[in-house]
Amino acid sequence: MPSYIIRRILYAVPILIGVNLITFMLFFVVNTPDDMARMQLGVKYVTPEAIEKWKVERGYDKPLLFDGERDGLRKITETIFFEKSIAMFVFDFGQSDDGRDIGFEIKSRMLPSLAIALPVFVLGLIVYITCALIMVFFRATYIDFWGLVLCVALMSISSLFYIITGQFLMSKLWHLVPISGFGAGVDAVKFLILPVIIGVVSSAGANTRWYRTIFLEEMGKEYVRTARAKGLSEHLVLFRHVLKNAMIPILTGAVVIVPLLFLGSLIVESFFGIPGLGSYTIDAINSQDFAVVRAMVFLGSVLYIIGLILTDISYTLVDPRIRLS
Amino acid sequence: MQTAECIAKVTDSYDLLNVMKMIRKTGTLFLICSTVIFLIGCSGPTSWNDPYPASEAGQNILYSVFTERPKHLDPVQSYSSNEIQFTAQIYQPPLQYHYLKRPFTLIPATAVNLPTVSYYDHNDRLLSDNAETEAIAYTQYEILIKPNIFYQPHPAFAKNEGGEWLYHQLSDQDVAAVYTLSDFAETGTRELTAHDYVYQIKRLAHPKLHSPIYGLMADYIVGLRDYAVELRNAEHAMPEQETFLDLRKYALHGVKVINDYTYQIRINGKYPQFIYWLAMPFFSPIPWEADLFYSQKGLIEKNITLDWYPVGTGPYMLTENNPNLRMVLKRNPHFYGESYPEEGMPGDLENGLLNDAGKPMPFIDEIVYTRERENIPRWNKFLQGYYDASGIGSDSFDQAVQLVGQGEATVTDEMAAQGIRLETTVAVSTFYMGFNMLDPVVGGTSESARKLRQAISIAVDYEEYISIFANGRGLSAHGPIAPGVPGYRSGKEGMNPVVYEWVDGEPKRKPLQIARRLLAEAGYPNGIDLKTGSPLILYFDVVARSTEDRSILDWMRKQFQKLNIQLVVRSTDYNRFQDKIRKGNAQIFEWGWHADYPDPENFLFLLYGPQRKAGNSSGSSANNAANYENAEYDRLFEQMKDMEVGILRQEIIDRMVDILRHDSPWLWGYHPKDYGLYHAWFKNIKPNRISNNNMKYYRIDAALREQKRHEWNAPVLWPVMLLFFVIVGSLWPAVLAFRRYEKSAAIKSVEPLST
Repeated sequence: MPSYIIRRILYAVPILIGVNLITFMLFFVVNTPDDMARMQLGVKYVTPEAIEKWKVERGYDKPLLFDGERDGLRKITETIFFEKSIAMFVFDFGQSDDGRDIGFEIKSRMLPSLAIALPVFVLGLIVYITCALIMVFFRATYIDFWGLVLCVALMSISSLFYIITGQFLMSKLWHLVPISGFGAGVDAVKFLILPVIIGVVSSAGANTRWYRTIFLEEMGKEYVRTARAKGLSEHLVLFRHVLKNAMIPILTGAVVIVPLLFLGSLIVESFFGIPGLGSYTIDAINSQDFAVVRAMVFLGSVLYIIGLILTDISYTLVDPRIRLS
Repeated sequence: MQTAECIAKVTDSYDLLNVMKMIRKTGTLFLICSTVIFLIGCSGPTSWNDPYPASEAGQNILYSVFTERPKHLDPVQSYSSNEIQFTAQIYQPPLQYHYLKRPFTLIPATAVNLPTVSYYDHNDRLLSDNAETEAIAYTQYEILIKPNIFYQPHPAFAKNEGGEWLYHQLSDQDVAAVYTLSDFAETGTRELTAHDYVYQIKRLAHPKLHSPIYGLMADYIVGLRDYAVELRNAEHAMPEQETFLDLRKYALHGVKVINDYTYQIRINGKYPQFIYWLAMPFFSPIPWEADLFYSQKGLIEKNITLDWYPVGTGPYMLTENNPNLRMVLKRNPHFYGESYPEEGMPGDLENGLLNDAGKPMPFIDEIVYTRERENIPRWNKFLQGYYDASGIGSDSFDQAVQLVGQGEATVTDEMAAQGIRLETTVAVSTFYMGFNMLDPVVGGTSESARKLRQAISIAVDYEEYISIFANGRGLSAHGPIAPGVPGYRSGKEGMNPVVYEWVDGEPKRKPLQIARRLLAEAGYPNGIDLKTGSPLILYFDVVARSTEDRSILDWMRKQFQKLNIQLVVRSTDYNRFQDKIRKGNAQIFEWGWHADYPDPENFLFLLYGPQRKAGNSSGSSANNAANYENAEYDRLFEQMKDMEVGILRQEIIDRMVDILRHDSPWLWGYHPKDYGLYHAWFKNIKPNRISNNNMKYYRIDAALREQKRHEWNAPVLWPVMLLFFVIVGSLWPAVLAFRRYEKSAAIKSVEPLST
């Protein structure tokens, strides 16, 4: 397994370079370094000298990808792309265009993002799997039928609608929780209740249906019939056999997103005033802060690759027949 | 199993004993839930939806919001309104605006009185106060500041018993456990001196700082440009490990300290508007100790910089700096005790604005700014009493405001019942639609182009625009100068005769026939170009709009359609839009301007020839986006800008505005009105957009606020109970069926085998 993991990590390097390159090109197609300088320095009274000075200080005065006037490797190394990218591979994200340390910001914003994403993930898994098992247990009854109708209805509604309706009902009309905000420590709990409920409910339709499909497929297999034939009760059949055998597709979907939980949610964080990484990314895009955008895309790619590796490892844990080689 | 069959089976299995057990279990669960909810509800003095810690209940705290995180809190760099709302409460420039007087009046802040102004010729000889502008080579401002003004407590001033600085030479070990400024155990203070003001002016040219007004000030402050070069060279000569550029070692020719309480600023020529800059945070004092303290490498690496942790002498100091969540200002214990103004304008006394006359300020102990990115939570928190004031978004306008009598805006009955009141003020701003005067169709000084612009000016009905898209929150503009600024004229004498006529005591937009006639005279009868025989097509360059704004663009097309002119909207992102304007590639565009200071020069320079954007070597710092040039206008501008306020200046301004109206390089658009809602407990509100240090004047009735919050936010629990019963009720048959299924025999009966 160690050699497999090392190999996967090495595969990740060209992927990360590619992602970095695409991000770089997409960003600079839309924004020139002059645009970035104007955005940071403001619109009024900005002189060309000030723009030039800003670019020189941040290294944006160099060619983007290739410097034909240099010799040898310096043709590539003395470019914006190289200088801005290479440090990220040792997780040195540098400073944002307004002079703040990106690593510090990421560290301080990761926890608020996680404070929402983790409960949504864990509670969601419990709720979706439980609901799916109930629907499977009562398959072809009114519970299954209306459960499916409800799932389709939940899937058809925009997440924005859940947020606005949730805030209207829970906070404005019934005064049960704060409408937005965040606090430190235990104070954070009252701010998290609503976004967590909305996070769970808004994904309930699609996920419950997905897990129901997985469980139904398992229910038709011979080992289930064998289990029933030997006299096991239905809940033991479901929870001891069907659930265990359905773990691989569940893990495929679940483990891969575990690392991404750190990145937070763009809309939820914005509406609920959560100072997480989702809102950090949105702010950076709005203020054309390439340093932050680049760092967040890089971090997202790294976490996604970690998620995929973890998924592979988890297969071996739940299914002894699988060996990584 | 079909539904009916399932229910029948459930009913068949109905076992009274089981049902009783089930009810008992469910009832117990319900009781536990209810008790938990009840106990939580009764557990504290605050409402469930209160977003603030319970310890803040009933405190003398003002709750406000900010939408965008501030980029800079260093007064040399900060310029945006979202930054100045903090810096203006912390830093004290020598001058400020009178809070109640209109038009805006400069008064001393830390200065003893307004600066003494003297003029000098090229030989440095003193000139009389009424010397000719041409003879004035330099203007000198001498500023005397008050003694006994002290800085907020700050570690940069901390000394040990031996009088040595505690935190001026921090090692890596010293800063290892430091994450915010409050991690320093000791603080100190010292008296404000003239040296600190001079130090800050020098910082305008600091090679590592980007002051947005450096370019402008380098043209005026004697020697500032050369000083920037000197500092740059000095910085290059510094050892690599050295991070502090001590500006005290480098003299700036145009700025001089006379004694600890007096300093002089010398500027090139005559620039009467310079005095307004002395009321902005750019000219606030910065102590060298703070600059040295924040220049230490270990602190920079931890984001502890002057750009993030201000140090000032103002009424408040920044104690919590989390721009992602909230910013907290607390009363500066060393604030020297400025008093609330004792005189105001007529009506101020009746409106209770002089109730606190002569009392020491500030009245509020703490200001909590919470970051709210979205309108919905912000608005609802205001209605719940968790924010003390609110603007009005277009979504909530009808809920908040109604028009009564002669179109006078007031709050709706619902708002009035909550004790909310409305305050309005016309912003010192203008939104306009500009013609690119370099464009071959709409630009230039030909009679044809001028008449085309005049025709369009009549056709585009800005009164309708204000009514539909701004909910009536604006005044149609008759020229570039905003109301409240000297030089602005109201009534008949302020009417734009090109677009309006005076009917029944008010300006009325001229009929479309006149616009059509002008269009025909311009060579486009009924919108057809006589030279080509084709319909006239014009291009409107705008920043990419959201779908919500499409109706505005449709409306604009219809305005041009009144003259049979086809308007093509060219939507682009803001960067490309600015690029087009800089290169003079736009044809018609819209833009806005918010004044830096209340002087007509700050509006009229927007159409001054040398300020044109296209082909201007000063690039973005030029502000004449229409590229308008008129020799007479430019000459009058140069004459007017150096004059003191008076009748002669007003006459020149009137003539300049007449020239502009005739040439019509802009559709004058409108001056926006600011509407603000304030709760009953929020006192001493007189809104304006020029002075920003207003927090010290505000007062809060915290007890009333606490009482209202409780009244308005009592938790409503029945929906939770209902939801609980719905879930239990819908799952109950399933649970019963499950139990029956689990207990049933695998084979119910065995049929005898037939032989």
